[in-house]
Amino acid sequence: MIEILNLKKKFNNNLVLNDLSLKVETGQTCVIIGRSGCGKSVLLKHIDGLLRPDSGKVLVDGKEVAGLSELELTKLRSKISMVFQGGALFDSMNVAENVGFGLFEHTQIDHKEILQRVDESLSLVGLGGIDNLMPSELSGGMRKRVSLARAICIKPEILLYDEPTTGLDPITAASINELIRSLHDKLNVTSFVVTHDMTSAYHIADKIAMMYKGRIVLEGTPEEIQNTKDPVVHQFINGLAKGPITEAVDTFK
Amino acid sequence: MLNLLFVDLGRKIIVFMYFFGGLANLAIQTVYLTFKPPYKYDHIIEQSKRAGYESFPIVSVVALFIGFIFALQSAYFMQRLGAEMYIASLVALAIVRELGPVITALVVAGRVGASHTAELGSMQVTEQIDALETLATNPIKYLVVPRFVALGLMLPILTLYADILGILGSYLICVFKLGITSSMYMNITFTSLAYKDLFTGLFKAWIFGMIIALVSCYEGFNVRGGAEGVGKATTRSVVISFLMILAADCLFTALFYFIFP
Repeated sequence: MIEILNLKKKFNNNLVLNDLSLKVETGQTCVIIGRSGCGKSVLLKHIDGLLRPDSGKVLVDGKEVAGLSELELTKLRSKISMVFQGGALFDSMNVAENVGFGLFEHTQIDHKEILQRVDESLSLVGLGGIDNLMPSELSGGMRKRVSLARAICIKPEILLYDEPTTGLDPITAASINELIRSLHDKLNVTSFVVTHDMTSAYHIADKIAMMYKGRIVLEGTPEEIQNTKDPVVHQFINGLAKGPITEAVDTFK
Repeated sequence: MLNLLFVDLGRKIIVFMYFFGGLANLAIQTVYLTFKPPYKYDHIIEQSKRAGYESFPIVSVVALFIGFIFALQSAYFMQRLGAEMYIASLVALAIVRELGPVITALVVAGRVGASHTAELGSMQVTEQIDALETLATNPIKYLVVPRFVALGLMLPILTLYADILGILGSYLICVFKLGITSSMYMNITFTSLAYKDLFTGLFKAWIFGMIIALVSCYEGFNVRGGAEGVGKATTRSVVISFLMILAADCLFTALFYFIFP
């Protein structure tokens, strides 16, 4: 279970997370929606301990992430995987080395077996036979899928996705959605997905939470979110140019 | 106006202290992780190849030219005194104690340090360093330690090589241009050099190697703002490395002057 309690984070004078609280049960897929730059990725980085909160807590399976020792954090990270927005593939390594990185570095598994796991992971994301290509030879969509393959190769218990379908064609995006759904169904993986893609959000989410002004303004099932009367959420999910979100921006102008 | 000047000065002092605090923190973690298993020998060998082996051509050219120039410039004055034979001892001492380590360190800071900052900086802006962390890999252990060990090992070796080539450059000028016999040149060179001269030069080279590794990696890790940020950090890394090498050289030269007078 992931529990976020009164999380606050400031960068210079910009308060990005403002008393944010959220709870995700084990095996649940929680989709975080919100405008670009509202702090969704910052929230993900707190769960994996990449950022430390100014105040508040992130609890993963009851343990506070910011309070873990280096060894405990390493242990926790071997259970968590993250799919980065731009892929974040290691430029100096080929696809197979990228995907198998976690296993090559931290396990005693036989080299052949790791390469087999790499092939399985790449097949799952629909990218067989590209083991020897370098990241610079891949398209944006392929990089993202290799990043997803890298994340699932270590068989994590928690998966953090930072905009997994942005920039992909609709068919590939749909297959990634299917994959996220099947990881949830078959392996009971707890997933945190940050996205703007509402089609994707409705398809994969057990729960959707809307972030606005550093807080979760509404959380609920996809049906509850679709039928909400909340004007902020309504404007966002329907992609309306006019509404409370843009009014707030216009006031500053 | 004066007020703004003080505010600006205060800000610069804070940035300066923040830099040294961060660098000291990185240095402590790097030294600790260097001795903590597992040891990544293959990464150290790869970095040694990039930092050391691939620097031999540029160090050869620079050291040889320094030898030529030093001999010619010394000859200009020594010939007036009729003391050309002492060029050998002057060049040997200056190169082994001072010019060899400093020139080699400056060349390596420009070639290798800049490359480290640009590489780690690009990794930072494309979230590859975050990706390393999420894959339960300490970026300092994985990226900084091999570079730190490699530069610490390779800079003394490169310096020793530069010393030999610098003296060779001077030898060529003295023997083929100034008419000093080969045996006399070699004899004066070896009698004027003591082990302590070689030791102090190589010790300084080891310190310079560590300075280059730490400054370049620190600047790389702290890149902000995309390609422009990488460019700025690379420039800053080279400038700071140059200044710190010269400051450390000054400090250790003074120290050795009193320890081994």
